[in-house]
Amino acid sequence: MDFGDGVIEVSELRRRYGRPGDDKGFEAVRGVSFTVRRGELFALLGTNGAGKTSTVELLEGLARPTGGRVRVLGHDPHEERRLVRPRIGVMLQEGGFPSDLTVAETVTMWAGCTTGARPTDEALGLVGLGGRANVRIKQLSGGERRRLDLALALLGRPEVLFLDEPTTGLDPEARHATWELVRTLREEGTTVLLTTHYLEEAEALADRLAIMREGRIVTSGTPADVIGSHPARIRFAMPDGWFVGDLPPLAELGVLRHEEAGGRVELQTSELQRTLTGLLLWAREKELELEGLDARTASLEEAFLAIAGATEAAAPLAAPAGRSE
Amino acid sequence: MATGMSKAARGTAVAAETASATGTGVPTSSTTLTGRALALGRAELTLLGRNKTALYMTLFMPALMIWAMRSGAQKLDLSRSGMSLKEATMTGAFGYVLIFVVYYNLMSVYTARREELVLKRLRTGEAGDLEILAGTALPSAAITLAQCVLLVTAGTAWLDMRAPARPELLLAGVLLGLVMLAALAAASTAMARTSETAQLAGMPLAMVSMLGSGMFWPLEAMPDVLANACELLPMTPVVGLMRDGWLGGADVSETLGHLAAALVWTALAVFAVRRWFRWEPRR
Repeated sequence: MDFGDGVIEVSELRRRYGRPGDDKGFEAVRGVSFTVRRGELFALLGTNGAGKTSTVELLEGLARPTGGRVRVLGHDPHEERRLVRPRIGVMLQEGGFPSDLTVAETVTMWAGCTTGARPTDEALGLVGLGGRANVRIKQLSGGERRRLDLALALLGRPEVLFLDEPTTGLDPEARHATWELVRTLREEGTTVLLTTHYLEEAEALADRLAIMREGRIVTSGTPADVIGSHPARIRFAMPDGWFVGDLPPLAELGVLRHEEAGGRVELQTSELQRTLTGLLLWAREKELELEGLDARTASLEEAFLAIAGATEAAAPLAAPAGRSE
Repeated sequence: MATGMSKAARGTAVAAETASATGTGVPTSSTTLTGRALALGRAELTLLGRNKTALYMTLFMPALMIWAMRSGAQKLDLSRSGMSLKEATMTGAFGYVLIFVVYYNLMSVYTARREELVLKRLRTGEAGDLEILAGTALPSAAITLAQCVLLVTAGTAWLDMRAPARPELLLAGVLLGLVMLAALAAASTAMARTSETAQLAGMPLAMVSMLGSGMFWPLEAMPDVLANACELLPMTPVVGLMRDGWLGGADVSETLGHLAAALVWTALAVFAVRRWFRWEPRR
């Protein structure tokens, strides 16, 4: 079967919770479309409640969509799960293991249900849990459980890997080790779909990303595309006695917008070098010192806040270092 | 910092070693239904061994009930049933085994696995829904079969009871009972949030069955009106089949009636599971 390069193909996907026709039902996914090509790492970003997990569960075949179409490796992941499951690996945002089993017993159980399973030692070694094989699940830390979950997702050497917030609850060291592992898998040709609310994670790993808001994809592209579509900023303090009106004509400097408050000026531009050169030449000519001069291209975080936070300005966005085990 | 780097490096090295077979879709021999169910069953057996309460309930509760039932049944007039106290007790005991080892135990297990999100995680794997439920039930099924064999062996070897007259009916009864009670257990978990409340939610069916399905008080010894009503209970046909299988003496129409009733209840229980069983905790 020819499905081109699209290992995951999603079109006009919808998912509604509650009975059909129920007014209290909630539509978590509202017409999402995207394609993930073979060997690509695709990240779905969004604040909590944006519909990331609801979307990924449909791709994993855990539920049937209310509308639209999903194909994973050319098959319907829900109706044809017997064909799809042996070729994919899944790490849920919240999955569980029996608390009285040991780590090794859990891997053995999972291996019995997994085609072409790696040996237990190898699977645990991948995620750095080799030394914890005989520890009961209930004695593991939250981060260790996440790593065990990842080990099971990798157990069958999947062609396609679904990782729903894989590093939530990990300490920074474990997070970077996980990133390394995901990069290695990707280099080996594994197609990865990852959800995260750590922008640093998406920036570090993703070939392409999509930002979701209220059940829809509001922007997508490479991290550079997404960042590039947002203006760079220059900030400085206007010297006493000088005003924005004294600057060269802003349009000629390539300034898109400007703001002034309490003597601080912010210029937004999509041509940072041109604007900055013009500004600095002007300052030299006038022999002025621009206090607190700061020029920077947009970060993914700024782009994300501008896009994802457009209707929820104070959307909580956890900094990667902010959470640990 | 140094340890951090070495750990990361080690992770990469291990990953690199295993690179060759990853993501290539190289066909490997697939898992089989039996293999998957056995893997789940083995894990469940380990868990049962580590759960003292469940172990006590499944291994000793049936024996305790046999003893309690025997002293209770002594006060009943069994003459109409044509069975001795010994025969009524030993054959009724099959029902206790099914209730404690299959129904109560599986209700706790299914609820616990659902609440721990184990069922949700398992559903992302290759095992189908039925395999997950059946694999999880395997230790209960094995213990039930072993206890039934023990009952028959003890009865014939030490209590001077006859060898099973129609072993095939005995086997049919125990197999139908296993499937029916496992399904009823799964269906009943819809009413429970923890494995403790599961025990409570299981009480009504267990009590009604113990009193009304002939385990303690044979239907033949009941007043006719009561006996007719008790014929309709889910466990009555199963206990009837197993009793006839051991003691003999059932005519064909009676046996077919038991089989049909047991099948209807099993089908209803399976339907209830498909309709109401939840794979995830209610949020």
